[in-house]
Amino acid sequence: MTKLQRQILYFLLGLCVLTPIGILLPMVFDAGDAWGEWSATTLNDLIGYVPSGLEKYSNIWNAPIPDYSMNEADPSVVHQSGYYIVSGVIGATLTYLVTLLISKLIVKNGD
Amino acid sequence: MHIPDGYLSPQTYLPLMGVFVAVTAVAVKKVKLDFSARYIPYLGMAAAFSFIVMMFNLPIPGGTSGHAVGSAVIALLFGPWAAVVAVSVALIIQALVFGDGGITAIGANCFNMAIFMPFVAHYLFKLFSVNPKRKTKVFVAAFISGYFSLVLTAILTAVEFGIQPLIASDAEGKPLYCPYDLSVAIPVMAIEHLVLFGIVEGLITALIVRYFLKSDPGLIFALRIRKGMQHD
Repeated sequence: MTKLQRQILYFLLGLCVLTPIGILLPMVFDAGDAWGEWSATTLNDLIGYVPSGLEKYSNIWNAPIPDYSMNEADPSVVHQSGYYIVSGVIGATLTYLVTLLISKLIVKNGD
Repeated sequence: MHIPDGYLSPQTYLPLMGVFVAVTAVAVKKVKLDFSARYIPYLGMAAAFSFIVMMFNLPIPGGTSGHAVGSAVIALLFGPWAAVVAVSVALIIQALVFGDGGITAIGANCFNMAIFMPFVAHYLFKLFSVNPKRKTKVFVAAFISGYFSLVLTAILTAVEFGIQPLIASDAEGKPLYCPYDLSVAIPVMAIEHLVLFGIVEGLITALIVRYFLKSDPGLIFALRIRKGMQHD
């Protein structure tokens, strides 16, 4: 690993530790979900009904770690921040490894 | 900007899935021919960076939240085709493992953030044809490239949301999928990205390009092609 690669790695680890900013700031400034990313329940609160096609598709997939949390029912902000960091590390590591694997399989230019 | 399941009609998500698959096939060919093996570890880290950056939700006080994507800086550092591969991997893992972005919308989300966005960033930066020695100009060009690529991607996403009531409604005229039309979706998505998220995308693009300009300028794709050296 080169010096620059090591620096990037530390930078990414630092970013992972800081990810809870991404749940704390919206909480502090009373900001809701991203526009267009509401759950069927939230949408029902907003417009008074759930479009039928949206309802049909909305639960098509059960993600193993939904919303970057191992326990969405846990009310503790500290715990949720911990789940968020762990999710970030898992997701970033997985993304790194898959990209590395795909690139190694396809790149032929060895210089 | 991660469209969930249920917001897009099959008439929208199926063609976008097709476009995504076709463009990815081209990207694989381009990366195979042009990408240097010694940059592979960097591309992996770039994909991981995109994944993490998208977790930093920032608030519009009292309104909605959103985030930067990282596609612009990846396109400038490693080229738009490599960015297609790296950001697609991040987006697909977000959808499959974390339920962020729908499974049916994988094609749409990858088309927006992993294809459209890096190419817009790439061509915007090229417009300036900056001299790598003019560090301030590189910084400004990178900022503008990051800022407008995210804003335009947000508007593209808004169009996909906003056309749903026009193309899919039930017998009573109620929308089947995204209930908001273009007149709502475009202003909201454009304004929130213009005033906040775009600025963040612009800053991370400019700051990271500046960092690489100091530490390993030869690595930067967007400055290499200007000198007529496609790849070393």
